[in-house]
Amino acid sequence: MTRVFVPIDAAALSVGAGRVADAIEREAKSRGAEVTLVRNGTRGMLWLEPLVEVETPSGRVAYGAVTPKDVPSLFEAGFLDGKAHALSLGPTESIPYFAQQERLTFARCGVTDPLSLDDYTNNDGFAGLKRALTMEPAAIVEEVFSSGLRGRGGAGFPTGIKWRTVLNEQAEQKYIVCNADEGDSGTYADRMLIEGDPFVLIEGMTIAGLAVGANQGYVYLRSEYPHAYRTLRRAIEMAREAGYLSENVLGSGKTFDMDVRLGAGAYICGEETSLLESLEGKKGVIRSKPPLPAISGLYAKPTVVNNVLSLATVPIILSRGARFYADYGVGRSRGTMPFQLAGNIKQGGLFEKAFGITLRQAIYDFGGGTATGRPLRAVQVGGPLGAYFPESLLDTPLDYEAFAAQKGLLGHGGIVVFDDTVDLAKQARFAMEFCAHESCGKCTPCRIGSTRGVEVIDKIINDQDRRDNLELLDDLCELMEGASLCLLGGLTPYPVQSAIRFFPEDFDKPAPLQSTAHNH
Amino acid sequence: MTVRAWDEETALAHIRELESLPGALLPILNALQDEFGYIDDAAVPLIADALNLSRAEVVGVVYFYHDYRHAPPGRHVLRVCRAEACQAMGGESLAEYLQTRLGVPMGQTTIDGSITLENVYCLGNCALSPAVMLDGDLYGQVSKAAADQLVREARRNVS
Repeated sequence: MTRVFVPIDAAALSVGAGRVADAIEREAKSRGAEVTLVRNGTRGMLWLEPLVEVETPSGRVAYGAVTPKDVPSLFEAGFLDGKAHALSLGPTESIPYFAQQERLTFARCGVTDPLSLDDYTNNDGFAGLKRALTMEPAAIVEEVFSSGLRGRGGAGFPTGIKWRTVLNEQAEQKYIVCNADEGDSGTYADRMLIEGDPFVLIEGMTIAGLAVGANQGYVYLRSEYPHAYRTLRRAIEMAREAGYLSENVLGSGKTFDMDVRLGAGAYICGEETSLLESLEGKKGVIRSKPPLPAISGLYAKPTVVNNVLSLATVPIILSRGARFYADYGVGRSRGTMPFQLAGNIKQGGLFEKAFGITLRQAIYDFGGGTATGRPLRAVQVGGPLGAYFPESLLDTPLDYEAFAAQKGLLGHGGIVVFDDTVDLAKQARFAMEFCAHESCGKCTPCRIGSTRGVEVIDKIINDQDRRDNLELLDDLCELMEGASLCLLGGLTPYPVQSAIRFFPEDFDKPAPLQSTAHNH
Repeated sequence: MTVRAWDEETALAHIRELESLPGALLPILNALQDEFGYIDDAAVPLIADALNLSRAEVVGVVYFYHDYRHAPPGRHVLRVCRAEACQAMGGESLAEYLQTRLGVPMGQTTIDGSITLENVYCLGNCALSPAVMLDGDLYGQVSKAAADQLVREARRNVS
């Protein structure tokens, strides 16, 4: 029996992985070839999807991007023995994009069958949980703290400090909440991880529960991710049946259980207090802080709110030790970060790498430049609230502090590349429009400011009192940044002002003949 | 996409199944939208009653979240990503094209009732932009020709 791997990740399916898997099964049957088809997660090399792998005595070899039409010729060429074909990519882990990575959080993603507990445990799965079960809660928290792990959702707050606060709160009931409301354009790491290695998230949340004394967890997952929802629900059931969840976790006498809840299409619910409101069944209107969720969170109980990647990194920190993890990275950005290349990029995909490589290395060494082959003009890192960087800032290292120093943000690690056809005035307008669309409405600078922002940018584009309106826009941005209650209104000025600062020529063009009506 | 016409009994069955969950409102609304394709006004008093909320609170939630529709959708729902990564790969021109091709603006249903066109802000397929989702199935690197093909197939397939 030869094992053949065809990803079941939504991105791979979106370019035909399902049809390729069917074609391989049909072809194998008609040839009487003995094939076991494994539906793995993705390796993250999305431009090569559907990426088909074959297990050979010398390791897994890859073919991509495969279409159903290629399948007969793959069999003809002897791909089941790893033989050459026009689509051969050689040993999967020798593909330069893959070989250059440091995969810790994503170690199993793409390697294993996401819904096989055997695969998970045979590849170091639950080793972190087993160690945590032998430790005092405070020692678990200390381990996470000394690893230097910082919130991977975007804010970069030290995970250990958050956990310590919750641990020190006295309460009958505490919660672990996983923020899987991955709404930033250019990011898909949470989705990929949940679809490709869901047990690692379950393990991470269970460890968090043990560490702070919480017995219930919720994953708040965005509704745009139906594939991830199905996989995670199934994984939770399987973990429960196998004794990793519920009462008496692995016979320890400790209780932890979890559930996954779907959002309903509101970007603001990625903000932690809005997320908590939504979990409670309310409008996703943000709460004023303080109190911090760590003190008064879900149903006013002490709550850890962590991103998917933060929680999914906890198991390896526990199994390999804080030191192992902290040895990666630079300065105060310790460990590795799954970066996601998106937009106009030749080799789009996820790569996990220690903090510290530059934006240029990410885009050119990994990404191979633009997809269209045209010159790169702008890069937006960190989602819709991230700054637009010009070519001259490409040598900025990908770490939290270096980005903050340039008035940008690393956010959730999404890197969206634009070629020279981009109009930054339009992008600035979109930033304001998006903020207006997604504002929860609680504070005026965000709710009204964003709508005024769209109007002012329209005037600038249409060359009405351009100089005065640019000044007005600058004032408005300053107000939104300083006076908004949360980061939606507070950071929307980043893309707007960076567009003006680095691409002033786009705000100085002749007015278009007719104003561009926008469809909602 | 298979949705059924609104009926109170089915709605009540969903509500009863979910009402005891903590924070049951979103799970209930999601279940109703999955079943009927939208949130019928008649659902509001039923939910308010079950969860001991005012009708205004329920309506407030229904209108806060972009996912919830207020009228039945077409037989298929085509969601087109309008966010930055897709913009960088011609997503805007794809969205324009689909509106012209189907003869309806975003948020509306074609006259033959076959397709509802919707905006979505990120489908998490940003390395394979532009992306669309048809009835829960994700598509990447969608050219205009590929979008045409999807529309044709959806229209042929009446369910």
